[in-house]
Amino acid sequence: MPAEPGALVLPDVAAPAVPASRGRRLPLFSLGIIGLFMLVAILAPLLSPADPFEQSLRNRFKPPVWEEGGSWKFPLGTDRLGRDMLSRIIWGSRVSLAAGVLTVLLASAFGAAVGLAAGYYGGRVDAALMRTTDATMSFPVILLALILAVTVGPSFTNVVVAIAVILWARYARVIRGQVLTLMQLDFVAQARIAGAGAWRIITRHLLPNTLNTLVVLVTLQIGYVIIVEASLSFLGAGIPPPTPAWGSMIAEGREFVTSAWWVSLFPGLAILLVVLAFNLLGDWLRDTFDPKLRQL
Amino acid sequence: MFRFIGARLVQSLIALAIISVVIFVLARTTGDPLYLILPMSATQEDFANARKYLGLDRPYVEQYLSFVGRAVTGDFGMSLRARRPVSELIRERLPNSLKLAAFAMGISLVMAFPLGVMAAVKKGTGLDRAAQIISVLGQSLPTFWVAILLVEFVAGRLQWLPAGGISGFSSYILPGFTLGWFVVAGLMRLLRSGMLEVLDSEYVKLARVKGVAERRVIWLHALRNALIPVVTFAGIYFSILVTTAIVVETVFAWPGLGRLAYEGISSRDFPVIQAVVLTTAAIVALVNLCVDCLYAFIDPRIRYAR
Repeated sequence: MPAEPGALVLPDVAAPAVPASRGRRLPLFSLGIIGLFMLVAILAPLLSPADPFEQSLRNRFKPPVWEEGGSWKFPLGTDRLGRDMLSRIIWGSRVSLAAGVLTVLLASAFGAAVGLAAGYYGGRVDAALMRTTDATMSFPVILLALILAVTVGPSFTNVVVAIAVILWARYARVIRGQVLTLMQLDFVAQARIAGAGAWRIITRHLLPNTLNTLVVLVTLQIGYVIIVEASLSFLGAGIPPPTPAWGSMIAEGREFVTSAWWVSLFPGLAILLVVLAFNLLGDWLRDTFDPKLRQL
Repeated sequence: MFRFIGARLVQSLIALAIISVVIFVLARTTGDPLYLILPMSATQEDFANARKYLGLDRPYVEQYLSFVGRAVTGDFGMSLRARRPVSELIRERLPNSLKLAAFAMGISLVMAFPLGVMAAVKKGTGLDRAAQIISVLGQSLPTFWVAILLVEFVAGRLQWLPAGGISGFSSYILPGFTLGWFVVAGLMRLLRSGMLEVLDSEYVKLARVKGVAERRVIWLHALRNALIPVVTFAGIYFSILVTTAIVVETVFAWPGLGRLAYEGISSRDFPVIQAVVLTTAAIVALVNLCVDCLYAFIDPRIRYAR
């Protein structure tokens, strides 16, 4: 921070070690897990050993293969209706990842647009947009999802819409802050002198400079969205059965945890792994590209 | 200051009005609201009577105004499942939710403050690493899953604590910790990054050069400014707490608003959901209002700049 004229200038007590930001070790664990689950989600029809919907009451609550009574036919056991757990978890990865990625893309596109407009135009436009953003930001996602669930009925679309409708505000806030700083810089003024219009300045000059931040935020929020989607499915306000979704699978196993612990345990582990991977990757991206960004 | 509070109050009221419109419109546009209210066995005549009785044959604006009028006075109609006035259910459940939330907030503050501050002060040590692991895990573990595991192992197999319901202090421990965990993670992270920034600033160096005791520098000079981002995010944290509470109450059979919401969804009890959503939204708006005032109070720049 440059010292103001006349301000007391203190010698640096200890110069902070500058982290070598580029060339840091890649977060291989996170990338590996995310890559693995992406692959599993895309190749679900090929990879899943059984039909995730096929019920077989004779095979109810079969334990995982390493437990007594388990067999290779159902490597992770079966649920209340005799459906193969492994296949359901594989298919469930589609729901979780799709919900996470779609929601965040929707929210970031809209939020970035609002943030860019607010920062670029300033004044009344900025004030109005930011008031709306503030009001939206602290509204609990779950309330909207609950209303949608009882009126329209629970569905994948509703989950994505309910979360995206609240989540965009975070992007708008952060991007607007960045645009305000960028607007002070010479290159924007020069672009304007060169005759560039609003659209050109926003898309060619402002947007590319906010991309780092956008990528960091997107990554950090995919994990959060996956958890919210799972919580909603768990409550019955998310993805309706019989579609395999990790959250509703945990809910179905809840009553039987004592005897058939695997029904709730494995989908939970899957959520933990994916979300952990996204959070660690997001942290790494932030530390590398945008260390000043403070995020939940 | 009063102008500031007034402006924020108006904003909160507008937000609440928008939510009430959303509920009203959704309930009316997604089919006949009577399907949500009358039992499956209702006859054509029942529908006609109910329509007249509930005023559904009147213009929409009139309906909306009377809906708001009743909601403001606490009349949310009858619960379809419990066959009791919804307002009675809310009055019964709300205090339990507030008690649990207060307990969880207490736990998270007691844990997050020392951990977050010390992690920044002792940056790079084992303590810092431990704090970071706690915060990453806290944000990656699905709360409801942790809750189920705790019920099964701590309450079920080990029989250390009650599995659910309210029966004295011991029943607060499991749900309180589960609920507080997520908040601890985020709060700690904010405190740590805030402290790191502040500890590096000129005025902290000045305090040190002046010879102020290190403990005083950290807990008084630095922490005060590191708190600003925490207050900024307090509103968001509260809304996360509300979301988490619904899930936690469901698993621990806690007789609060969250559990009521869950029961409402499973029986498609529209009046109950409507009341829970409006009550919670009002509480969230109130908390945000308080946070804004607190914010303007500790950081005078806010009052003038915005």
